[in-house]
Amino acid sequence: MQTVKMVVTGPFAAGKTEFIRTISEIAVVSTERRISDFTRTIKDHTTVAMDFGRITVDDDLVLYLFGTPGQRRFDFMWEILAEGMLGFIVMVDSTRSETFREAKQIIEIFRSYTDTPFVVAANKQDLEDAWPPEDLRIILELEPWIKVLPCVATDKESVKTVLLELLYTILESYDN
Amino acid sequence: MALKGRLRDISLTQLLNLIRLARKTGALTINGRDGRVELYFKEGKVIHASLNGDGDLASLLLKSGRIQESKLQALVRQLGTSDDKELGLRLINAGYVSRSDILRAVRKHTLDVVLTALTWEDGDFQFELNKPPPPGRIVVPINLDSIVREGDQRQKELVELQEELPDLNVSVRFTENPGTDLSNIKLSRDEWRVISFINPRNTLAQIARYSGLDEFQIRRIVLKLMQNGLVEIVGPQAGRPQPAPQGASISAGKQMERPPSRPARSKPKAPAVEKGVVRRLINFIRGL
Ligand SMILES: Nc1nc2c(ncn2[C@@H]2O[C@H](COP(=O)(O)OP(=O)(O)O)[C@@H](O)[C@H]2O)c(=O)[nH]1
Ligand SMILES: [Mg+2]
Repeated sequence: MQTVKMVVTGPFAAGKTEFIRTISEIAVVSTERRISDFTRTIKDHTTVAMDFGRITVDDDLVLYLFGTPGQRRFDFMWEILAEGMLGFIVMVDSTRSETFREAKQIIEIFRSYTDTPFVVAANKQDLEDAWPPEDLRIILELEPWIKVLPCVATDKESVKTVLLELLYTILESYDN
Repeated sequence: MALKGRLRDISLTQLLNLIRLARKTGALTINGRDGRVELYFKEGKVIHASLNGDGDLASLLLKSGRIQESKLQALVRQLGTSDDKELGLRLINAGYVSRSDILRAVRKHTLDVVLTALTWEDGDFQFELNKPPPPGRIVVPINLDSIVREGDQRQKELVELQEELPDLNVSVRFTENPGTDLSNIKLSRDEWRVISFINPRNTLAQIARYSGLDEFQIRRIVLKLMQNGLVEIVGPQAGRPQPAPQGASISAGKQMERPPSRPARSKPKAPAVEKGVVRRLINFIRGL
């Protein structure tokens, strides 16, 4: 049986867990623990271990989705997670411009590990104050060939589209 | 729809660049410590600006010294309107100012406001798409390219500072024999404040916090003091293991340190799976 891995990364509360939960066939395995520091005001739980989702294609092909841990002290896990991945998705909370700088740094760090294809998901596009994907591209200083996709992580069709766009990008990477 | 945020997260240079590249039309409002700036754009060019509600023609002309206050006021009263275009026409017809005087004054004012706002390090901003300037205002389109270029330059400088002094979890101490004549060094208020906190027990991150400076400001100041031979780095306290630098970074402009990457290993280019596997994934997810 073959397993392939994709990584979902991005700043705290960008929607990584939600994204994986929406598409995974198993309940997302994530060790969530209440934390008492200031991050609590952003949401009640934060991920201290990684999220883990699964999509079974058939008897001999399984796709695993890993969400990177939400807190800085787990940064060391990024490189481990990045090892051998087919591609990665960078989730950005499009409504919280205070996280854009961090998103940019995360992209730079992942790109320093690997040339693996990736897409950026401009998440929470259902909310009124969402920055449009094309504006995010400029703020994040992404090259024109990098896909910045509108995303609503709670919506299955939207999550499918983002995954498919990443897979198309991966497919294209074979040709060059 | 509005784009919202804070300047400490997204600088005005970045915003102007966005507006220029996306050729946006609308109004950018910034509420900062020193007041409120409104910038109006049309198709990526700045066309009008106001600082704390100024920007009307009468005050611009007064500021430019092109016309006497009494004459202007009489005319404004007579006109009984706040329409700048009308006022401008009257002034031209009455021979008080020329058309180019007006355009120059408006242009200079817009640039002044933008340059002022560029010095703001914090403030809440909001960009409202397609919101026009107040009615009756005279608009002069100005290209943002050169303004943004200047802002970029400054940004690069800040990045360089970061490279020269990457770690803020170090402390500095006064050198025994400063290389320069101290009486020749002029120090700003912020620089003095930093100096007052210098102590091998205080990390630079702490000093910045105590003195209300952001990471760029503290770097700039400390590098200047180092270049003048006033202070030197002590380094993370030797012997004693430092606690993980939790909270050591300053809230403003959080900087992420890179985890050490593997030494010069070539990055994998093509994914290590068959193309067919990717196709199977695509077909399956399409059908979900
Ligand atoms: N409105 C909206 N909320 C979302 C979306 N994606 C995630 N959220 C919410 O944002 C919060 C943070 O999401 P989460 O997946 O836990 O973020 P993580 O820290 O990146 O794993 C949760 O309350 C989610 O329900 C979205 O597309 N739209
Ligand atoms: Mg999570």
